[in-house]
Amino acid sequence: MNLDLARWQFAIVTVYHFLFVPLTIGLSVLVAGMQTAWVRTDDDRYLRMTKFWGKLFLINFAMGVVTGIVQEFQFGMNWSDYSRFVGDIFGAPLAIEGLLAFFLESTFLGLWIFGWDRLPKRLHLACIWIASIGTMLSAYFILAANSWMQHPVGSVVNNARGRAELTDFGAVLTNSTAVGAFAHTITACFVTAGMFVLAISAWHLARGRHTAGHPSGPSTDTEVFRPSLRIALVTVLIASIGVVFTGDLQARLMTQQQPMKMAAAEALYDTTAPASFSLFTIGSLDGSKEVWSVRVPGVLSFMATGSFDGRVEGVNQIQAQEAATFGAGDYTPLIPMTYWTFRLMIGFGMLAGLISLVGLWLTRRRAVRQVPRWFYRAAFAGLFLPFAANSVGWVFTEMGRQPWSVYGVLRTADGVSPTVGAGTVLTSLIVFTLLYGALAVVDGVLMVRYAKAGPPPPTPVDPVTDEPRPLAVAY
Amino acid sequence: MALTDIWFLLIAVLWTGYFVLDGFDFGVGMLLPFVGRTETGPSETNRRVAINTIGPVWDGNEVWLLVAGGATFAAFPEWYASLFSGFYLALLLILVALIIRGVAFEFRGKIDSDRWRRNWDVAIVVGSAVPALLWGVAFANIVQGVPLDARHEFTGSLLTLLNPYALLGGLATLSLFALHGAVFLALKTTGDVRARARGLAHRTGLAAILTGGSFLVWTFLAHDRIWTAAPMLVAALALVGAVLMIHRVREGWAFLLTAAAIVGVTVTLFGTLYPDVLPSSTSAANSLNTTNAASTPYTLTIMTWVAVVFTPIVLVYQSWTFWVFRRRIGAGDIPAASGLPVASGR
Ligand code: HDD
Ligand code: HEM
Ligand code: HEM
Repeated sequence: MNLDLARWQFAIVTVYHFLFVPLTIGLSVLVAGMQTAWVRTDDDRYLRMTKFWGKLFLINFAMGVVTGIVQEFQFGMNWSDYSRFVGDIFGAPLAIEGLLAFFLESTFLGLWIFGWDRLPKRLHLACIWIASIGTMLSAYFILAANSWMQHPVGSVVNNARGRAELTDFGAVLTNSTAVGAFAHTITACFVTAGMFVLAISAWHLARGRHTAGHPSGPSTDTEVFRPSLRIALVTVLIASIGVVFTGDLQARLMTQQQPMKMAAAEALYDTTAPASFSLFTIGSLDGSKEVWSVRVPGVLSFMATGSFDGRVEGVNQIQAQEAATFGAGDYTPLIPMTYWTFRLMIGFGMLAGLISLVGLWLTRRRAVRQVPRWFYRAAFAGLFLPFAANSVGWVFTEMGRQPWSVYGVLRTADGVSPTVGAGTVLTSLIVFTLLYGALAVVDGVLMVRYAKAGPPPPTPVDPVTDEPRPLAVAY
Repeated sequence: MALTDIWFLLIAVLWTGYFVLDGFDFGVGMLLPFVGRTETGPSETNRRVAINTIGPVWDGNEVWLLVAGGATFAAFPEWYASLFSGFYLALLLILVALIIRGVAFEFRGKIDSDRWRRNWDVAIVVGSAVPALLWGVAFANIVQGVPLDARHEFTGSLLTLLNPYALLGGLATLSLFALHGAVFLALKTTGDVRARARGLAHRTGLAAILTGGSFLVWTFLAHDRIWTAAPMLVAALALVGAVLMIHRVREGWAFLLTAAAIVGVTVTLFGTLYPDVLPSSTSAANSLNTTNAASTPYTLTIMTWVAVVFTPIVLVYQSWTFWVFRRRIGAGDIPAASGLPVASGR
């Protein structure tokens, strides 16, 4: 009971945190790029772009920050035995993340937000770049911590003390799993930010297409949204190719490091060579066998091993092996969940890539008006794709590791806080769910309002005076 | 000095940094309704003046907490585990408060409506006052000790934590942070807000001297740790000095003194605690201390290097931020409201 509640809570608050995280990471770079373009060309369009996307970025960032605070403390709250067991290894990247990354992000973003009239142009530009580097550093350290749970390296278990102990910190930081997860997650962040910019630009351009040439219609901001759209299309295309390559790399690591997860991802019950990849399967509800499926020959073998006729081990065989190694027990994750989350992640991502490819073709030279309306609609509808792909990607990664919390070392059931009562966990679960739900509404309303409102008007050139002037930016 | 002692010290430093820095953010937040008004009623301009004194820095200040938490996890995992699972509901309240406070700063001005702003103002006040109170309650309990079993798991309840000593500790930090915030506002603003903040500093100063003083005396009597008389004396003198300096319109000095008072209080608390990190009130054998709660020497060595190299860098750029935003602000600095109208215009 307690365990289930704690797991639900972890899943809810973490997936929620990760709705904002990828947008922060990706958009910080895009905004920094736009501001760089402005500083270099002095073209007012780029300034307007920076301000418009920058504002949406900040609304999102605030949500990322406040939901992150919960993340930092809930290991101790709900998973105290886990914390005791892993602290020697897991705590270090977490602490370093704070010291190296969070300080950079928060301080330099503060300087960026309020520094428009206080800092020289280039220094001000440097602030957003530094903040953006901070977000990537934070991603690296937290992913290194998570990757150690997927593939525990550089440590031994000290049975006398009942904990895992660090033996090689370098190995934890250069864990192949961490490098893979970082590359994959960061590329996914760019898919996310790209689709975000794309969808909102498309919405505005579709409206503009409607009213363009109407002298009475509201003026449209083609000059801001057209280049935004192109930047977004290129970003999404490159990033979705990156996501496929890095995902493929991860799949191979996963096959070696967590063979059960790969078998579960594919719902492959018996060892097969060559193994086909199923696009769609109807299985029994408890996920114990397959009833009907559509398959592409050889692809699973390729994903798992890099060769089209490689051998892929099945759930039943791995279950038997793990039971022999770790003692009797059920080592199989919830297969329908891993199967579908894996497919949905890939499918959503591919769709985003497809939209960008089509978009680049359609917009290659034409005026805004000539781009067919269905494309704008599709681009707008595609907004949910990366967010959904990110969430199911994590659900897959984490649920595919079950019943382990640290693979092969610590079971999830052994990590939960022993003296925290179910009522207490339920209370916090309800509080966080309600609070997060309410915040989602507020954040959603603000995002939509500000996205619709469009960019600020072109900047008038201020006459230089000695008169005291109000702050350029204030809360 | 053993590595575990260094880490005890570093964690004390991180909490001290957190209380000195986020302490004035809490103070400014709590005092918002009192400085954010004029004779005739609430004043939006005055509120914005107050909020903008901390606008650029509050998030960086809050990170001190995150690093203190992370460092405790890394250096004393047992402490982190017992403390946060034991103080579960109190921590939940703190988290909720920090969440609503954080989004309130960012969202408050986004819609140009009085009702919208009033609601976020409530979030700021509550989101500042609750942690200001509860951090004191939490630390008083840590120093006093809590029931722990042989596995160092907390066996009490929320009510265990709400004892008289802890509540006094809570009132002490609440009034201390209120004073610290009032002095900070007086230092960073001009005009009406500054005058109000100075008035508030007098009143909260009195409260801080009373509650803080009696909390420190209680701590001293209960633990009888002679050398902690020194930081206590520093704290007490600094508090009195701060009020005097406010009186003489030397706000910079007053701010340094309230900061010194907070340092004095934290040093007293951590000094009283050492070498325990979480004493057990049921049996001394169940207490967590710097030895049985600590990580391996290898981990501590790595963390020490990281801390030694990066903490100074952080201090440099954070100080630089305070320098960049050193100017006082007043009503004339506040630009027109930039929020969107209530109903969607288009
Ligand atoms: C791949 C990236 C990534 C992942 C997996 C996580 N985070 Fe996160 N986190 C970030 C990337 C990030 C970020 C991009 O750095 C954020 C998002 C928005 C922001 O403000 O910074 C952030 C914010 C953020 C904050 C607030 C920082 C501040 O005040 O500036 C904390 C304390 C955490 N996170 C902690 C965690 C923990 C303990 C996680 C694991 C359970 C976690 N995050 C998952
Ligand atoms: C933001 C990205 C992440 C998402 C979306 C995510 C998602 C999840 C989900 C859905 C679960 C529940 C699995 C289940 O109960 O079946 C879970 C569990 C867990 N994850 Fe993650 N996770 C993320 C990142 C991390 C990171 C970075 C860490 C560690 C640094 C981590 C550590 C854990 C722990 C300790 C549990 C609880 C034990 C368990 O149920 O396995 N997660 N996560
Ligand atoms: C062909 C495309 C893709 C492949 C082959 C792929 C492969 C993988 C694999 C194997 C994992 C699990 C890693 C592990 O548990 O060890 C994973 C996780 C993940 N995927 Fe994908 N993926 C693809 C597309 C995407 C897309 C489009 C997104 C989002 C836009 C995405 C986001 C994620 C996230 C957030 C995780 C969890 C974090 C991590 O472990 O890196 N993936 N992916």
